[in-house]
Amino acid sequence: MKVIVRRPRREVEMPGSRRVRDLLQELKINPESVLVVRGQELLTPDELVRDEETVEVVPAISGGSAHEV
Amino acid sequence: MKCKTCPGKAVIDIRRHNAAFCKDCFIVHAERQIERTIEGDKMLSKDDRVLVAVSGGKDSLTLWEVLRRLGYHTTGFHIVLGIDHYSPQARATVEGYAKKNGLPLIVTDVKEEYDFSIPELAEYTRRVPCSACGLSKRYLMNRTALQGGFSVLATGHNLDDAAATLLGNLLHWQTPQLGRMGPALEATHPKLVKTVKPLVRLTERETLAYAMLRGIDYHDDECPNAVGATSLFYKDLLNQLEYASPGAKQSFYFGFLKKGRPAFLAAQTDGVELKECEACGQTTTTETCAYCRMMDLARRTAAARSR
Ligand code: SF4
Ligand SMILES: [Zn+2]
Ligand SMILES: [Zn+2]
Repeated sequence: MKVIVRRPRREVEMPGSRRVRDLLQELKINPESVLVVRGQELLTPDELVRDEETVEVVPAISGGSAHEV
Repeated sequence: MKCKTCPGKAVIDIRRHNAAFCKDCFIVHAERQIERTIEGDKMLSKDDRVLVAVSGGKDSLTLWEVLRRLGYHTTGFHIVLGIDHYSPQARATVEGYAKKNGLPLIVTDVKEEYDFSIPELAEYTRRVPCSACGLSKRYLMNRTALQGGFSVLATGHNLDDAAATLLGNLLHWQTPQLGRMGPALEATHPKLVKTVKPLVRLTERETLAYAMLRGIDYHDDECPNAVGATSLFYKDLLNQLEYASPGAKQSFYFGFLKKGRPAFLAAQTDGVELKECEACGQTTTTETCAYCRMMDLARRTAAARSR
């Protein structure tokens, strides 16, 4: 499968299928700070991603000290 | 995973609520959380004229979207910071959102109206960009709200923002700030406008999910100055805590408001009095406000350099 990670943007090839929870763990990404999407679809941790699919890990955390205003 | 409230398939899990939701139920859940925050903290009434600070990111546009849907009278306020390619895109996003939804929008370009972009201001005053940016934003938001006759200023701060600010204030024992923290701050002076943070019960991840599921066209580029910001480091630490112990951010922040804040507030016996700035009339504790002093320094540095 292909996993697109942002900031910095990179593409990771992972052979085989796995659950969202496991792919985040392998990439050492904290599930509390991201959402994983397949196309337009948001995926829960138990969702299986197949070998031929592409998912994107979208970071939820942003901003400098006075950013969100 | 299955949705907690209907037989549908879940699209998001929220560990601190021990729940997962399908798209429709999550949207209902998020909007209800925001509505409860607004009502519980007496943030807004339907008679208020609300100025909504919109950067164009997921949080501020989620805020505007929900306030619009709940039937509040809102006007957007966007500040053009003059930061590389980031600012033009942010502006276009906000203008696009306002136009699409037929909402009024006030845009202030700091370079056009006040002579310096944020990077220039930072350079001329030897501040880090986020400091010049934060001071400018807070000043311009209050002044714009006041001049436009708005009764409340709403910002898109979420639970992660609030918890990170609390952590920073605690690490540096910023006792006056600790006494003043909170999602709704009443105006304590005629020249101050009440400020509210209706998203404070949603995590940043939940706001992102809401923006995505509602199909909001938000600006998801990161400001180049955010790289390495301390607030991001704090947010990361807090999310590690959250991962190990779901609900940690929420109990840290709301627990502080309930049990810690009153003590800091009561300890403020120094009674610093708010005055009006000699130059601009906005509130300050010194003769001239911090914004006017920053602008004055920038003008003098710019003049000295052009000689
Ligand atoms: S990261 Fe800093 S400079 Fe950039 S918009 Fe946020 S507060 Fe301003
Ligand atoms: Zn449902
Ligand atoms: Zn002033």
